[in-house]
Amino acid sequence: MTQRDTGFGPDLSEVFGPKHEDGGPELIQLLTPEGVRVQHPEFDLDFSAEELRGFYRDMVLVRRIDVEATALQRHGELGIWAQLLGQEAAQIGAGRAVLPQDFVFPTYREHGVAYCRGLDPLKLLGLFRGVDHGDWNPSDYNFNLYTIVIGAQTLHATGYAMGMQRDGVVGTGDPERDSAVLAHFGDGASSQGDVNEAFIFAASYNAPVVFFCQNNQWAISEPIERQSRIPLYQRALGFGFPGLRVDGNDVLATYAVTKAALQRARDGQGPTFIEAYTYRMGAHTTTDDPTRYRLSEDLENWKLKDPIARLEVYLKRNGLAEEAFFSDLAAEADELGHTLREGCKAMPDPRPLDIFDRVYAETTPELEAQRDGYAAYLATFEGAHS
Amino acid sequence: MSTKITLAQGLNRGLRKAMEADDKVLLMGEDVGKLGGVFRITDGLQKDFGEDRVIDSPLAESGIVGTAVGMAMRGYRPVVEIQFDGFVYPAYDQIVCQVAKLHFRSQGRVKMPMVIRIPFGGGIGAVEHHSESPEAQFAHTPGLKVVACSNPVDGYWMIQQAIAHDDPVIFLEPKRQYHAQKAELDDTLEPMPLFESRLVRPGSDATLLSYGPTVKTCLNAAEAAAGEGKSLEVIDLRTLSPLDMGPVYESVRRTGRAVVVHEAHVNLGLGAELAARITEECFYSLEAPVLRVGGFDTPYPASRLEEDWLPDLDRVLDAVDRSLEI
Repeated sequence: MTQRDTGFGPDLSEVFGPKHEDGGPELIQLLTPEGVRVQHPEFDLDFSAEELRGFYRDMVLVRRIDVEATALQRHGELGIWAQLLGQEAAQIGAGRAVLPQDFVFPTYREHGVAYCRGLDPLKLLGLFRGVDHGDWNPSDYNFNLYTIVIGAQTLHATGYAMGMQRDGVVGTGDPERDSAVLAHFGDGASSQGDVNEAFIFAASYNAPVVFFCQNNQWAISEPIERQSRIPLYQRALGFGFPGLRVDGNDVLATYAVTKAALQRARDGQGPTFIEAYTYRMGAHTTTDDPTRYRLSEDLENWKLKDPIARLEVYLKRNGLAEEAFFSDLAAEADELGHTLREGCKAMPDPRPLDIFDRVYAETTPELEAQRDGYAAYLATFEGAHS
Repeated sequence: MSTKITLAQGLNRGLRKAMEADDKVLLMGEDVGKLGGVFRITDGLQKDFGEDRVIDSPLAESGIVGTAVGMAMRGYRPVVEIQFDGFVYPAYDQIVCQVAKLHFRSQGRVKMPMVIRIPFGGGIGAVEHHSESPEAQFAHTPGLKVVACSNPVDGYWMIQQAIAHDDPVIFLEPKRQYHAQKAELDDTLEPMPLFESRLVRPGSDATLLSYGPTVKTCLNAAEAAAGEGKSLEVIDLRTLSPLDMGPVYESVRRTGRAVVVHEAHVNLGLGAELAARITEECFYSLEAPVLRVGGFDTPYPASRLEEDWLPDLDRVLDAVDRSLEI
């Protein structure tokens, strides 16, 4: 669609113009798709070989979690799975930038960030197997339960950050104390009212929250062009805080940018919007069929920017990892896969009577009566099937 | 110490007491700070407790409730004000999908001690969206508790009890009673528990069941009926979810007749649930079907018609007569 010349306003032909397949000139990158390390004037960091191998290991293991979970769904062990294939760098880069005292609000796809927070990957499967809605205590990991309503968690993140301000853990200068919130969402969520309200509240109160948007180009079948007519990161300025676009397939750049934004928030300088420019290489979920709405050519182009492959090239080309590192990691991934498969199948089914006691902190006589009535009803079947 | 207060003053004092008792209590909403709220319920609180605890929010209801969820997760006890009943709908998703479900979703690990104050009901000559009664929509939602105060003394105690409660409470305030009349408050007395109904006028011929603004209507109707030799019992339900049916059953078994009165639309309103439960539990005591008096099943009308739309003394007595004739 071409822009009508209205005779007023700025010339928007550039932003509305040809899609930037490479993320455009503002893209922050430290490692190219070809595995070449490049410098950035603002966000460069030195990485030790050990750190680089750590990022690589994280991404390989998280991809394995994703592949195993997808297979478990195909075998009928999970009802559905939300895949992260292709977004490993965005999630590991962000997840590793978070400090223990920070708090993370995920969507339902942040398996990589969950892994960084120390959550047993098996716990991620319960929701998708239908045995629970998330079986972990958010405050044990400073990682909220997965939120399914699109964008709702960005407001929770902002409120949590406002709580941190009131607790006096922002801008004190004490690195052990100063805290921030990392709020995840996607390109589709950027259209939600809640996300835009979260931006407004965060800006208004200067809340210590980093809005981390994985723009994976697709909201199920709808392309990013349906959500926004300008690059998402440029929206931030309209809300009154900085927006950055980082190569979301570059774990080094994502880490560097998120680390800087979180520190800015901890220091009391307010929110930042990060658009991690990436690609959903898999389907939206295992129920989706991307061949109905997107070209295989697109996927092939993005495969060339694979987040894991580029770091592997860099490690090997620069002699930063021995062959044994890769073979050991492959064995570790196999072991993780085995653990997940066995653990998933062994997950106990939930007990029907438990639901009645979890509605309220202080239950009601009505619910107690319903529970007791259902228990008595169930008891009438005892022995009937034996 | 005993003193005479309006409902608005009762709520204001109750909020102040709650904030003094627990420094985790925060107030948030549109215009609640400097202005003291459009109904002045939070008058003077920002001045005394500061802008960090009495928070003027951007004009976005979903944002208010959604950020309050995050504050509650951080250990605070947010009390949010929705300026008018008809403005709660932008926050409906956050209330129903998040506030109501987080305790359940987290298997009881995440508590949501939030109070959502909503001035509700009509009779103030307002424009559209300022006179609604959305209580059934919240009472229908598992995970929420819903209460309605009807008088200054209950306002004072119930708001403190709701704030101290660990579950989310939709707190409905009959706006037309805010400044209507004063009542004697003796805060040395022990309040009755939050989730209990109260028999406010004994009688023997029929039971009137109500809450919020129509409790006063029912009391006036009972007084008028007494002049005609009819003895009406009046129960102020106070809690809409959970319902406290014990006093209701006890009363209906004695009188054999029940009329439910609320401003909300009759269709699928609280009256329907009350009628069903009374029929299940008191079937052999009933002398007549449970009748309902409420708003018609139209949107709230322009204010010059609201006296037609709202249940008043005569419509209540008309229903009582129909019940007694059976």
